[in-house]
Order: sequence, then structure tokens, then C-alpha cells
Amino acid sequence: MKLNLKIWRQKDANTKGQIKEYPIDGIDGDMSFLEMMDVLNEDLIAKGEEPVEFDHDCREGICGSCSLQINGEPHGPDRMVTTCQLHMRKFKDNDTIVIEPFRAKAFPVIKDLIVDRTAFDRIQQAGGYISVNTSGHTVDANAIPINKEDADDSFYAAACIGCGACVAACKNASAMLFTSAKVSQYALLPQGRIEAVERVQNMVRQMDLEGFGNCTNTGACEVECPKGISLENIARMNREYLSAKVKG
Amino acid sequence: MSGLTKSSIARKVVMALSGLFLVLFLGQHFTINITSVIAPDTFNEWSHFMGYNPLVQYLLQPILIAGVVVHFVMGFVLEIQNNKARVIKYVKYNGGANAPWVSRNMIISGAVILAFLALHFYDFWVHEMTYKYIESNPEDPTRYYAETVEKFEPVWRTVLYVISFVLLALHLLHGFASSFQSMGVNNKYTPGIKKFARIYAIAIPLGFAIIAIYHHFNPITH
Amino acid sequence: MGILDSKIPSGPLADKWTKHKNDINLVNPANKRNIDIIVVGTGLAGGSAAATLAELGYNVKTFCYQDSPRRAHSIAAQGGINAAKNYQGDGDSNYRLFYDTIKGGDYRSREANVYRLAEVSGNIIDQCVAQGVPFAREYGGLLDNRSFGGVLVSRTFYAKGQTGQQLLLGAYSAMNRQINRGKIQSFNRHEMMDLVKIDGKARGIIARNLVTGEIERHSAHAVVLATGGYGNVFFLSTNAMGSNVMAAWRAHKRGAFFANPCFTQIHPTCIPVSGEHQSKLTLMSESLRNDGRIWVPKNLKDAEAIRNGQLKPTQLKEEDRDYYLERRYPAFGNLVPRDVASRAAKERCDAGFGVNKTGEAVYLDFASAIMRYGKEKALTSGLKDVDDHTIRKLGEEVIEAKYGNLFQMYEKIVDENPYKTPMKIYPAVHYTMGGLWVDYNLQTTIEGCYSAGEANFSDHGANRLGASALMQGLADGYFVLPYTIGDYLSKDIRTGKIPTDSPEFDAVEKEVRDRIAKLKTGKGIHSVDYYHKKLGKIMWNKCGMSRNAKELQEAIDEISALRADFWENVNVPGSPDTKNQELEKAGRVADFLELGELFAKDALTRNESCGGHFREEYQTPEGEALRDDKNFKFVSAWEYNGEPKDAVLHKEDLVYENIELKTRSYK
Repeated sequence: MKLNLKIWRQKDANTKGQIKEYPIDGIDGDMSFLEMMDVLNEDLIAKGEEPVEFDHDCREGICGSCSLQINGEPHGPDRMVTTCQLHMRKFKDNDTIVIEPFRAKAFPVIKDLIVDRTAFDRIQQAGGYISVNTSGHTVDANAIPINKEDADDSFYAAACIGCGACVAACKNASAMLFTSAKVSQYALLPQGRIEAVERVQNMVRQMDLEGFGNCTNTGACEVECPKGISLENIARMNREYLSAKVKG
Repeated sequence: MSGLTKSSIARKVVMALSGLFLVLFLGQHFTINITSVIAPDTFNEWSHFMGYNPLVQYLLQPILIAGVVVHFVMGFVLEIQNNKARVIKYVKYNGGANAPWVSRNMIISGAVILAFLALHFYDFWVHEMTYKYIESNPEDPTRYYAETVEKFEPVWRTVLYVISFVLLALHLLHGFASSFQSMGVNNKYTPGIKKFARIYAIAIPLGFAIIAIYHHFNPITH
Repeated sequence: MGILDSKIPSGPLADKWTKHKNDINLVNPANKRNIDIIVVGTGLAGGSAAATLAELGYNVKTFCYQDSPRRAHSIAAQGGINAAKNYQGDGDSNYRLFYDTIKGGDYRSREANVYRLAEVSGNIIDQCVAQGVPFAREYGGLLDNRSFGGVLVSRTFYAKGQTGQQLLLGAYSAMNRQINRGKIQSFNRHEMMDLVKIDGKARGIIARNLVTGEIERHSAHAVVLATGGYGNVFFLSTNAMGSNVMAAWRAHKRGAFFANPCFTQIHPTCIPVSGEHQSKLTLMSESLRNDGRIWVPKNLKDAEAIRNGQLKPTQLKEEDRDYYLERRYPAFGNLVPRDVASRAAKERCDAGFGVNKTGEAVYLDFASAIMRYGKEKALTSGLKDVDDHTIRKLGEEVIEAKYGNLFQMYEKIVDENPYKTPMKIYPAVHYTMGGLWVDYNLQTTIEGCYSAGEANFSDHGANRLGASALMQGLADGYFVLPYTIGDYLSKDIRTGKIPTDSPEFDAVEKEVRDRIAKLKTGKGIHSVDYYHKKLGKIMWNKCGMSRNAKELQEAIDEISALRADFWENVNVPGSPDTKNQELEKAGRVADFLELGELFAKDALTRNESCGGHFREEYQTPEGEALRDDKNFKFVSAWEYNGEPKDAVLHKEDLVYENIELKTRSYK
């Protein structure tokens, strides 16, 4: 397969970037998108050029490192996959593929396709935890039965990998899906209810401070989320937030 | 206003509440208007009530105007903030792949509706104010039907109104159901709410459009 | 023994840990505030250790090469975590978990360490539930369990196929709480380049800021290495692309002994290699073996027809299939330990029964499980006289609820529907039991340098049982290291802050800078990946699932030559003063090129077959591993001495007082 790649190149955070074209040949449908990028980089290195830098690590769709905007969509045209799980069989011979970093004011570019997503960490640090000591001296794990449906919903929210596709897809670069997933995970569990009032306020405050946009319920985040995190979580967070504000 | 705009979720909720209030108002407005087609006398009677009842005039009308202002101002504030959240835009952005046009372009439909409101206020509200308070004309409970029908005589106004109603429908198609999500309602009733909101979003503007067209083609012959 | 003192407390096995905790010195809370600890790696072991140490009051600095602690590769663990809770009432106990782990490890791990692991395993579950980890539950609201390979009880707790993710996010949340309190400073996108020793004690590290390229000095009273395994020495593995041995290897070169490097786990259920472009391998959770049956065609001509695409696996009649695990190991069947399952797959494929283009794949078939669950579901739903089609549909729904995400992942990668046609799997490098030698306190042979999780060698012997890695990582981090490190630090309460302007820091920093400069002087002929792939091929072919003396010696020579070639001809583009992923890779591959050689040497020295280490010369007539307890009942701990092949062997004799050494049998 022959492709025409248009890739965002940017030397560092302070330099202006631009799109550069790279024709590439010999791409196999069984390759993952990142393996295609590997082939390109090996070519570039052989030619004495600098390879394209992009975040990646586990290459099995769980670490949340990879973060490419491919033809205008985070993680490309396939659904329920990260970039590393996207396979080249989804493209046709002679396709042009535009590859950009995830764009948001809160995700500044570090180099080429690598962005800084520490804003997500700071949102979690603001309250994405249950304040129990890790001594292990707590009640028995089965002391508090949890309704299976709530436990499952909590799991589905907790399945978020923090890749930032929701922000990248959102026309407003809003981080509501990410934040609400964490808020929901704990809100659905009896252990998490205890700090629910402070948690949601603190996390939302931090989210706003980071400069993410406002949610306008377009639903793009849910469609592009590689883990299928549901919009219901955003509704739950809104609910939690309102009730927290009412309770003071 | 600053208190309301402090947090992103509060802003959402303000948009949702003011939007829902306007949706309710649309329903009420439509109910009165449709009588102009089926029962002109009732139309006159109700219009007169709305125009001269002190509760409506001095309490509900200011609330309505405030609702409109809050919704629009907040809408623009959100749009500006949201634009700032992505300084460098994508070279290629395939928004259509993950969200419908209407949900991504509420600012466009909203701006058109705002422009329409200006015309609409000029046509009816300014006229009323002038009639009642500047010219200090006496009460006339029978004038409303004729005045309304007369407005739709020109083709341009009818066309502008109809176009605006189309945009209103688009705005409601996203906005109505969305306001429930903003207020945290997403449960087993959501599919039902969405369906109702969709029907409402199409039926009400369509109704308005039919009224306008009806009056255009059925002028009062002097 | 002399130099290798494992510091195992005296007394009865079950009391050792409690007694030890009562005996060791503590640091008072006011003094903890004056003590700094560096934790390198933020996976299950590092993340949980950092959180607990910070909670106790120490000042903690964490380092990870990823952009966030949450991305450490613990996140990819799928199947579950073991704990001797005996919630199922199937006879589980601390002793049974201890016994299973020692036996599963083929009697090459320390009794006291493993018993402690079993002892704290229950606490882990309590802790994680309190932290809000959403484990799978039954309809009654209690925790669910499943069974894993190599054991006869159901003791594995899980969160769908994402248990590692949920546990890691739990540890990450505990870290976040401490970061928010200012007790942890988290240095992300930072790589530990070397260890700094002062007066023989680990007192800090040199780290490279991977964004700016700056070389930084960080001092502390103790250094914890929780940097994971070295499976990427094989290039293709289920490890993350960035997983590396640099921190552990640097410590090794500074005096930490490296134990049992050849004990590597080759996981039986991975998606087979699809071509030369392959960059990594994807695991399919072992939990699939609960319901999937593994087979190859019984006849060579069928296998050939399948490889050529003339025959579909679903067309093959039941009697023409060879369910070789069920045939060879009737007691455990498809749930034999990983090393046994992997070797059996290799044996069949080597004999010509492989089922994909390359001949290196076997089937994992869910058809009978689908029908079995379908019938059960039809019965419980009160359906009568249902046709096969409906049963199949019902069964597929059950399978989807259990393994949906794994099946989806398989389909995305392979482009085949595993509900309709059997999955193809093949063994792949997955976990390394070997690692830095540590004593009972998890201290390496460098004073003040500790190692936790996969990075150390301690608990799994020659083979790790499924769902035990998560258990060990969290046990080390939450419950063991925070106690034992206090004993060491109690002597440091008057030391005060360690300055970073000492000659020791100067010297190590210079070495780090020189090494980076040297990497840049390569002639630029081949890329880093070229060398890494070559190394991987040598390792896989000669140090893989089965090994022999001749090839191991060849591997030592080839790796040594490849390393020389690397330093002379490697091409590392770009500047070291900026984000430079090729430079990062080069540093890591350089260390793999040394470790690989030690690995082969270790395998060559161990003239027996045990667990994941299978020497062709030492096998029973039926092809099972032949252990030699008389001569090899020890831990090989290697001391660095110039070239890896010149490393000096120290033996830690393994003493079994509570368990009788037996030939491991799963028949």
C-alpha cells in the first residue's frame, strides 16, 4: 500500500510547527498505525533526517499514551480503538492521511506529535482518590456488599485510559468526559460517597483552571472514546456537582 | 453574572435552565398564535390579556426578557471561552464524524435566532410599546388579529420568518434534549425525553412557519 | 554463602513476618519528615510504595519515563490478582497459596518470601476495595473469583480483562492523594540514568529530563527501584515499548547482584506474529484458558491444508483434532502452568502441526464453551426445545460478558471473528522472574538500594503463576517495603539532607554525559531498532523456550559481537538537548545488549530444566523438565565484573523446611 502522509512537525514547545508531506510505500494492512509510523521513521533515520516523535508505549490500547489526530479524528476513523490498535487495513492505497497532535490549550505540544497531558494528572490530584491509608488495616473486602449493577457501572467509568481523545474530539476541547469518569467511578461506590461532595467540586475547579472548554453536549467525546466511556457520566457529574453546591 | 459563570458546570446549567424556560415560552407563544388561524376572536382576547395583565406585563415579561438576555449572553461567553480552549486549530477537522452539525453549530443557529428576535421585537414588541406607552392609545381588544395578519403581507418578512423558524428547529433539535443532560438527567427516561424533544423541536417551529405562511396567503381583504 | 545474606528471620514459617515486623527498628514520625526516598518506576510496586512511604511521612520523589505514573505497564495486566481469601470456600488458605506458588515456581523461590506474600495477599484485596477499585462482583454484591492456571482453587479477583489497569489506577490515586498533600514530588518523563553511591550506600540518582534533555541530580537517603522486568531484551514481547532494564542494570553495574536472569516467562496465549513489521506482541489473558480448549490438527496433512488456506478449522471433525494439553495433562488440562503450556505449543508446532502461515500458532477454541454456556442459559431462562442456533447465540452472549473486551481486541488486530472461528495463539515473552537480588527486606546488595515488584527476583522462582505478578507488586509496595526500609532508615535520622554537589555526584554525572556523547559518535550505519531486532532474534532462537549449551554459547558470542558493532556503528539522530526518542531507545538497547549476554551465561550455567528454563539436555523421556535439586537448588546471583560474560556467580542456597521437593506434575 502506498500512502501520502501529511504530518505535523514541530521542533519544540516554543517553535512554530507546520505540516510536512511524506510519501510512503510498502505498507501492509496487518500493520498497526504505529508500526506504519515505525516504517516511516526507519526511512527517515536511514536518510539522515530526524524521525517523527509520537507518544506510545503499551501498543495494546490500555496505557493511553498514543494520541494522534488522524484525518481529523482522535485515534483515526475506527471506533473503540486507540491509535496503536488502529490497523492499516482501514485505509486504501494512495490515501492521504493527515496526522496531527491532539489540540487543546491545556495540552501544549512538546515536540512533533507529542503533547503535554499533565493537566489530566492535576485534575486527578485535586480529588480523584478515596482518602484511605494504604496500611491494609481496613474492613474485610466483602464487609460492604455492592450491588452488581453499580459495581459494573463504576468499572465502566474507571476503564478510562486518560488518553485525551475526548478533549481532542470536542469542538470546545472540554475535559468533561475524562473528569466525569473519575467522579462517577467513586460516586457509584459506597466507599467513594463519603467524600463525594468535596471531590466533584475540587476536580471541576481544577478542570476549569486548566483551561479546558465548556461542555456543550455534542457527544463527540463518547463517539471517539476508545473505551466507550458513556455520556451518562457527564450527566452524573453535573448532578453530583449541583447537589454538592446545594449542600454547600 | 460573575457568580453564574464561575464554573463550567454552572454555566452549562444556566444555559440549560434559561433554554428550557424559553422552550416553555415557545410552547405558550405557539398556543396563542395558533388561535390566530383557528379562532381569531380567541386570539384577540388572549393577546389583549397578555398585553394588559399587570402580572404578565410587569413580572413575566421582564423575566422573559431576562431569560433571553441570559441565554444569549451566556451563549456568546461560552463560545468565546470554548474558542480559547483550542488556540491552534486542526489542519483537518472531521467534526461530522462524531457529532451532528446542529450540535456543533449552536452559535450559528443561535445568532440567526438573535437576528430574527431583533426583527420580531421591532415588528411586535416595539409596535406594542409605541402603541401603549408613547402614543398612549386607548385599549382596543380587537386590533391584534388584523395587525398580525397584516405583518405577513410582505413576502420578504414571511420568508425571513420561515428561515428563522428552520434555524430555530435546528437549535431546538440539539438544545432541548441537551438541557436535560446538562442538568444531570440521563437515565431510563432519556430515550423518551429525547424523542419528545425531537418532536417538539420540529413541531413548534413548523407550526410557527405554517401560521406565518397561512397569514401570508390569507390576507384580510379590506 | 558469606556475602549473600538473605536475612530470613528465624522461627516458624507462619510467624516469621510478624516476628520480623516486631523486631525491626522504626523511624519516629518527626524524623520521617527529614528523610527523602527516591522511587524509580510508578507501576504497581513503585506507585504503591511511593504512596505508602509518603503516607508514613517520608519525602518521596517518584520517577517514570512515561508522561504520567498512570501509564506504567502494570496497566496492561489483564486477568486478575490472587489472594488467599477463600471466599469460595474451596479449601484455599495462606498455606495453599504459598504451596502453589513454590510448586508453580518449580522450587526455585524462597519459602519465607513466598509465605509472606501469601500472608499479605488478603490485605491487598481489602485495601483495594477501600480505595474504590471496582472488582467484579456477583449478583449478591460480593466479590467474584475465577480460576487461573496451575492451581485447583478459585482465588483470582478480577475487573473484567483490565485488572492491572484498575489496580494501577488505585495505586495512582493513592499517589495523587500524596502529591496533593505535597508529600510526593512526581518527576514524569524522567529516566534514571545511573545510581549514585556515597560511602557504599545508595544516595541518589542521575536522571535525564526526557523533554529538555537536562541531566539532573537527585539525592535521597534510600533509592527504591521498581522498574519492572527486562522482557524487551527479546525485542518482541508483551512488554510496553519503553519497558527497559536501564535502572536495574545501572544498579547492577554499581554493585547490585543480578539474580536468575535466565528465568523468563513465555506466556502461552498471545496473538501470533503477523510479519516482519511487528513491533510488539499482544497477550490474550490466561483467563481465556478457563473456557477455551487448545488444539492442533491430529494429522500433518490437515495442518498443511489449514496453513495453505484450503481447510478451515471449523471444518475439522472432532476426532481429527488433538487437544494436546488435555491429552498430556489430564488432571490440569488446559489450565497447566504457563511454562508447561508454552512448551507444549512449541513442541506441536516444531513437529509441523502449526496452523498459521508461519506454522507458529495453535488454536484456542471456544466452540464447546459457547454451546455449554448456551445450554445452561437456555435452561435457567426457562427456554425449552431451543435449536442449536439459539443456544449458540445465548452462549456467545455469556462469553461476550466474560471476555468481550479480549475478543474485541483480538478481532481488531487479527481481523477474524473469534466467536465464529477459533483464535490463533502462540507463546510470547511476557514476564521475567529474574531480577535484582534482594534479601528478605527487599534490599539489594547495595546498602540503601531496594528493589520491588518485577524488578526484583524474589517470589516466583523459575516460573510465575498467573495473577501473581499483581499480587507481588502490591504486596512489596503497600505492605513489605514500607516496613523494612524503616529499619535501614532508622540509622539515618541524623544524616540530614544529602548534598548533590559531592564528588560522587560529579563523577557519576560525568559518566552519564560521556555515555550519551559516546552513543552519538556511532558511525550512523544502522538504526537502534536494527540492533534491538537482531538481539531479539538471537535471544528468541537461542535463549527462548528451549535452550542448549551449544546455542547458548553461540548466543554469548553473537551478543558480544553485536554489542561491539552497536557502539561503533549505531545511528542516533537528533540532539541530546531535547526530546529525543531515538537517544532514549539507544541507551536502553545498549543495556539490553549487556543483559542479554548475562542472560545466556546464566542459562548456560544452570545445567537443569526448571520452570521457564528448559534445557534440551535435561528432560525426561516424555519431554518433561528434569530438575536437578542436588546441584542447582540455589539462586544464581551475578556480580558485575567488567564484561557481562565475566560476571561472578554467587549462590544463595535455597532451604526448604516446610515443603517437600517433588517433581512438578500436572498430569
